[in-house]
Amino acid sequence: MIFDEEINQVVRNLKPSGIRKFFDIAVKKKNVISLGVGEPDFITPWHIREEAINAIEKGRTFYTGNKGLLELRQGICSYYKRRFNVEYDPEDNCIVTVGGSEAIDIALRTIIKQGDEVILPTPAYVAYAAIIEMAGAKVVELELKEEEGFKVTPEALKAVLTPKSKAIILNYPGNPTGGIMTREDYAKIVPLIKESKIFVLTDEIYAELTYEGKHCSIAEFDEIKDRTVVINGFSKSYSMTGYRVGYILAHKELIDMILKIHQYVIMCATTPCQYAAIEAINNGDKDVEEMFLSFKQRRNYIVKELNRIGLKTHMPQGAFYVFPSIRCTGLSSEDFCNKLLEEENLAVVPGDAFGKAGEGFVRISYAYSLDQIKKAIEKLEDFLKKYGK
Amino acid sequence: MNELLNILKDNARYEVKDLALLLNEEEEEVKDQIKELEDNKVIAGYHTIINWERADVEISKAIIFVNCVPERERGYDRIAERIARFPEVEALCLISGKAEFLLRVNGRNMREISNFVAHKLAPTEGVNGTETMFILKEYKIHGIDLGSISEDNERLPVTP
Repeated sequence: MIFDEEINQVVRNLKPSGIRKFFDIAVKKKNVISLGVGEPDFITPWHIREEAINAIEKGRTFYTGNKGLLELRQGICSYYKRRFNVEYDPEDNCIVTVGGSEAIDIALRTIIKQGDEVILPTPAYVAYAAIIEMAGAKVVELELKEEEGFKVTPEALKAVLTPKSKAIILNYPGNPTGGIMTREDYAKIVPLIKESKIFVLTDEIYAELTYEGKHCSIAEFDEIKDRTVVINGFSKSYSMTGYRVGYILAHKELIDMILKIHQYVIMCATTPCQYAAIEAINNGDKDVEEMFLSFKQRRNYIVKELNRIGLKTHMPQGAFYVFPSIRCTGLSSEDFCNKLLEEENLAVVPGDAFGKAGEGFVRISYAYSLDQIKKAIEKLEDFLKKYGK
Repeated sequence: MNELLNILKDNARYEVKDLALLLNEEEEEVKDQIKELEDNKVIAGYHTIINWERADVEISKAIIFVNCVPERERGYDRIAERIARFPEVEALCLISGKAEFLLRVNGRNMREISNFVAHKLAPTEGVNGTETMFILKEYKIHGIDLGSISEDNERLPVTP
């Protein structure tokens, strides 16, 4: 290493994503069946793709305003009102970002400073901890429990709150657990959030994939709405991962501050993609519904099959992941995944990649064709015959 | 019931076992539902979508507009019934616009279809005009693309 001392030590010390590490092994092997992907298997619906093409053809390729096209922000705000009954003003409360990822980064950087603590319920999507650490704050893990449906309970929250607590990250429906929070679940923790005056960053990217009942946004609670930053995007609900279009909804004061980072770092989200997003949010309800049904059916299928072959799996209420316990094998998550890849050519993601609370689990994505899921189940069944107890 | 139909409309060949898993129901329940749907003719039939060109089988297809006069009391139904009985007729519907009926007709070749129009369809009582359009190439049938669309659809094997 020739730049060891010169490189920012925070970056130097960041752990590479546990998923990424696995990816490198998986791509080198031949004939690997992967259930590791975190994106839908549908190609973006044609009417949406066509709008992107049309935007390029028409020469709509200049910068847009920093906040993004007003028509898109109007679409987003009317969508949040229509689907989740939360009101935001397109002029004051919305920024279009480059995917949910940018949104998480700039929102957190606006809120937190050196020495703050950010409560992160884990297992969690890999980016949160890294972004918190890069902003100089400390990650305080709130370990979610399978027997509680991976929900944040008031007891667990109380146990990790300190005077230094600045924010909590909520990701429901959640990656990797598929857990959800209902209105009743939120109602139990909202008073604590209000009292402790922490910010809430709620990443609702999987909102449309809520299988039982309707998605509830914590921003629905007026008493903490001003302290809540909603993050969402087009990747998962409209199968538009590669377009990189996300958004932030928040109080005007927060938006004005977040916008400062956004304008200097990003300028604006990609213009043709914003046009595609307008088409998606205004005319994509039917696509969302079709994809929803297809995911729900595959969820039903894989959960029953996993339980049948001996991997205890609770029925996830959202997203497109199942998070089975692998404790019956006595293997660590990492060993399980390595052996599974080595011996059966099947790639799934070790649970500990999502925080230490994920140890003893693996994440399996069911954003695959039924044929592929069937093949994977056969491989897992063979594997469990060797290692299961 | 509708969810079951929604799955079957795209693929009639799912096994009952798989349908039960997808719908989170018991196999017996699914079997009963399918039987009921078949008995009630909600499921009107099953067939296979074949690209005959690829099978190297010669086949001609045409779309035909048919003009006719409705009958007192029976409207178009009796004429429709007479036309539908011909095995050459793959699809028949009453339409709005320039003609009364729209037909899709299959034959082994153009001559066979021409003969059908000249000797069977046009002389049918009540029919007073036809317009035949031969199909030159099919790009998509029954929602299935026959190779005109190329898509890469390459996802990375593992992503966050």
